[in-house]
Amino acid sequence: MLEADFLPVSGMQHMIYCPRQCGLIHVDREWEENRFTAEGRVLHERVDEGGEQEKSGVRHCYAMPLKSLSLGLFGVADCVEFHKIEKGIWHPVPVEYKRGKPKLIEADRVQLCAQAICLEEMLHTEITEGFLFYASPRRRETVPFDAALRELTRQTAMEYHSMMESGVLPKARYRKDRCDRCSLFDICQPKAKSARLWLQKRLSEDLT
Amino acid sequence: MKPLQNILYITKPGAYLSKERETIHIRLEEGPDVKIPIHGISGIVCFGTVGMSPWLMGFCAERNVAVTFLTDTGRFLARVHGPMHGNVLLRRAQYRTADVADQSGTLAAAFVTGKLYNCRQALLRCIRDHGETPALRETEKLLSDRIRTLTSVEDCDTARGMEGDAARAYFSAFPDLIRKSDPAFAFSGRNRRPPKDAVNALLSLFYTLLVHDVRSALETVGLDSAVGFLHKDRPGRPSLALDMMEELRPVFCDRLTVSLINREQVRASDFLTNPDSGAVTLEDEARKRVLAAWQKMKQETLTHPFTDEKIAKGLIPFIQARLLARHLRGDLDGYPPFLWR
Repeated sequence: MLEADFLPVSGMQHMIYCPRQCGLIHVDREWEENRFTAEGRVLHERVDEGGEQEKSGVRHCYAMPLKSLSLGLFGVADCVEFHKIEKGIWHPVPVEYKRGKPKLIEADRVQLCAQAICLEEMLHTEITEGFLFYASPRRRETVPFDAALRELTRQTAMEYHSMMESGVLPKARYRKDRCDRCSLFDICQPKAKSARLWLQKRLSEDLT
Repeated sequence: MKPLQNILYITKPGAYLSKERETIHIRLEEGPDVKIPIHGISGIVCFGTVGMSPWLMGFCAERNVAVTFLTDTGRFLARVHGPMHGNVLLRRAQYRTADVADQSGTLAAAFVTGKLYNCRQALLRCIRDHGETPALRETEKLLSDRIRTLTSVEDCDTARGMEGDAARAYFSAFPDLIRKSDPAFAFSGRNRRPPKDAVNALLSLFYTLLVHDVRSALETVGLDSAVGFLHKDRPGRPSLALDMMEELRPVFCDRLTVSLINREQVRASDFLTNPDSGAVTLEDEARKRVLAAWQKMKQETLTHPFTDEKIAKGLIPFIQARLLARHLRGDLDGYPPFLWR
């Protein structure tokens, strides 16, 4: 795979949430901000400034660039914590910041696991767990990177790549739990009907 | 749907616009400076000798604010735009569709269907409010008839021919929509470049404003406004914008022209005739009033016939552009023209 074909890690959570949403954002380059996305953006402004901080045996590296050859992904981690194991040896742990409370937890886990796979390849190490930090309630959750999650992550990356390559978006399908809070609802129009039938019906009704 | 943002019309000769942090700074030859936050502005239209700094142009391009320069009579001069928006796959799909005769013919027929339907709707509204005249009734029949035929049209030339015939019939009935007997508002058919009477002056101004809005709507969703279906490609012509204009003209321009005259919001004394060219233009203060009426009309709300959303009228071009993009990408089985109710 050419490096130019690498995809942003952030698309992984969109893929899990809804492949069509992912296609609208990454294939059609649509982006509509709503309250949820605006809050997320503000939350990220702190971490996106980058830089490092060390406190009681943990070094925080903000806005760390990531890349994985096996997944064909690149991106930026909100924060990678380096935990001191012994003198001169630090173990990386990815941390992802999320607004609100845990929702579709699978999407966040897959995104975090993808970041971990990037770090493993970059730093030649093994990472067994990471953290998801939710802003309300302020709570961090430990995510173990088990075989099932790794498999889901690889599978998702493959589907993500094949959609981007074909450029074909999956058809819209209305799902109440996801669509009603999606910022791309108006663009996606999951409830849209057939244009042809609609036109035929309107004309035959109105022209009599 | 995104909120309807405002378009800033600059009509004062000698005004100069520049960027000051997040605001548009307007310096006038007379009077105090004006500062307007760029947030909430979706376009700037400059009439006549208005200047603008390159920094502001760049800022507008970055913020997706369409900037257009027109002469003081409203003729198009230039437009500023930044990097292309949207999706290259969509543009490729648009070009491919434009190259396939029956696909572009079907789309051309859909635009004409929308136009004829909305022209007919304008006549029906007038019949409902003021009673019928033979010309109105006859033209209404002709339009209904053509709309029925159009459902099976798949070739551009047929669609173009029907558009031409129907437009002639519609404009011959158009004087019956105007309830004022003032000879200043007599109308004997469409003329332009330059408009030779008050009605044509208003129609031309509104068509120019509508092209601006439709073009930026198309480009916002990533379509190429130069590659049309009903209108053939011609260098420098926004053919796709002209295609989509067809169905929207009766709704936006013709209706507003008629109601400004009928409600006496414009008077004969608001128009100036150039003694040499015969061109009729609006006098400055009247143009300001007319532009305000155009902006106000775009704030009216209605329910979109296809998506059933409640929207401001000014968003119709964006929704239609989006629906066209969805159809071209194979996401929607046809293009639903805007059918006015």
